Amino acid sequence: MSAPSVYLDAATAAPPHPVARQALLAALDDGWADPARLYTQARRARQLLDAAREAAAATLGVRADELSFTPSGTTAAHSAVLGGLAGRRRVGGALVHSAIEHSAVLHAAERHVAAGGTATCVPVDRLGRVEVAAWSAAVAAPGVALAALIGASHEVGTVQPVAEAAAACAAAGVPLYVDAAQLVGRAPVPGGWSVLTASAHKWGGPPGVGLLVVRKGTRWESPWPADERESGRTPGVVNLPAVVAAAASLRAAAADAAAEAARLAPLVDLIRARVAAEVPDVEVVGDPVDRLPHLVTFSCLYVDGEALLHALDRRGFAVSSGSSCTSSTLRPSHVLEAMGVLSHGNVRVSLHRETTPAQVERFLAELPGIVTELRAEAGVVGL
Amino acid sequence: MTGPDEVTRPAAPTAPAEVLDCRGQRCPLPVIGLARRLPELPVGAVLRVLADDPAAAVDIPAWCRMRGQEFVAAHSEGPGYEVRRTH
Repeated sequence: MSAPSVYLDAATAAPPHPVARQALLAALDDGWADPARLYTQARRARQLLDAAREAAAATLGVRADELSFTPSGTTAAHSAVLGGLAGRRRVGGALVHSAIEHSAVLHAAERHVAAGGTATCVPVDRLGRVEVAAWSAAVAAPGVALAALIGASHEVGTVQPVAEAAAACAAAGVPLYVDAAQLVGRAPVPGGWSVLTASAHKWGGPPGVGLLVVRKGTRWESPWPADERESGRTPGVVNLPAVVAAAASLRAAAADAAAEAARLAPLVDLIRARVAAEVPDVEVVGDPVDRLPHLVTFSCLYVDGEALLHALDRRGFAVSSGSSCTSSTLRPSHVLEAMGVLSHGNVRVSLHRETTPAQVERFLAELPGIVTELRAEAGVVGL
Repeated sequence: MTGPDEVTRPAAPTAPAEVLDCRGQRCPLPVIGLARRLPELPVGAVLRVLADDPAAAVDIPAWCRMRGQEFVAAHSEGPGYEVRRTH
């Protein structure tokens, strides 16, 4: 008999919000036509797309014509970086980014460098917060076209000093791109940015919908082949039923965000305290205070991360890991590496609207025994 | 990437007392090897751990910090990581 399933990986993909399911099913019936055409079915689809855009823009506090739907959060991040650089190529070819950006941003940066551009990586401290003095110096250098800063770390939860970073960018006249994938629908998004992206499956929307917001007056040029969709910012027809579901669930998630944060943050506090107290030789990482309300990361000394994930999965717990053995590249998480914290035996737990205190309690009750068993199997007890 | 004081500090003038070859091992095995061997050396001795798993570059300095041992230097040959037993 298998243990009841406890899903604790919302930072990868949150379970679908009930509103997303309802909207998706309704839009499958009503929103299948191409919204760019001129007949009745297309006009209906156009109305749904316009309404979704208005709703998402209103939730984010931006203008509807500043917001485009993309085929994923990754595509949105690629568009933000490469489009922001392309729009200011006359200023220079330098990108500034933190050491803890999402891999989508780093891969876009690699593409930029391979094409002859430059990239400056700004370090973070042990808690995973970007060093503001280094950031300010980097964005003030000549030839910087764009600066990219994640709003809050998707791996360790540390909220970044976006307001200070934005002030430094404004002083230097450099547009700021904020990857807000872990903030949108959960926590307030700070101002001061010129480009912002998010991803629907992080807030309980369907997979395959990203948001790209480009503020008026920002020099941004699509890095993709020309296409008229989405104000020319992202090519291809949108997955309209998924977009409608994304917008509806974003509004619902944002409406509940403060209450959910108030409910989940104490559960994360509990996990941080109990894991540190009850699992020997564990390092709980990330900022204990200035952090996302729903996410916590820790590393267990001498434990193989992949073995830990499988052991937790056998007991019904779904979590993710930044340990090298759990990645396809066999490299440790660049975020843990940049922080200089233990990377093996790593577990990231991220909570969501369906997470109950009883589930967290069961996780906390079972984790120490699982770690002890793995250490006993590896013969590392007492080291 | 570790703190700058940990990676740029010059190597100790004394040669390492011992070399522990953990090449070909995946983390956490090199760290476990270090944790087993270092207490067998005298206080003040330096152990050089050879480890080609990229996680070792992160995890060996982190282990030193957690255990209060001294991370002396990282070398690109090996790659090698020197740790001094301080207690």
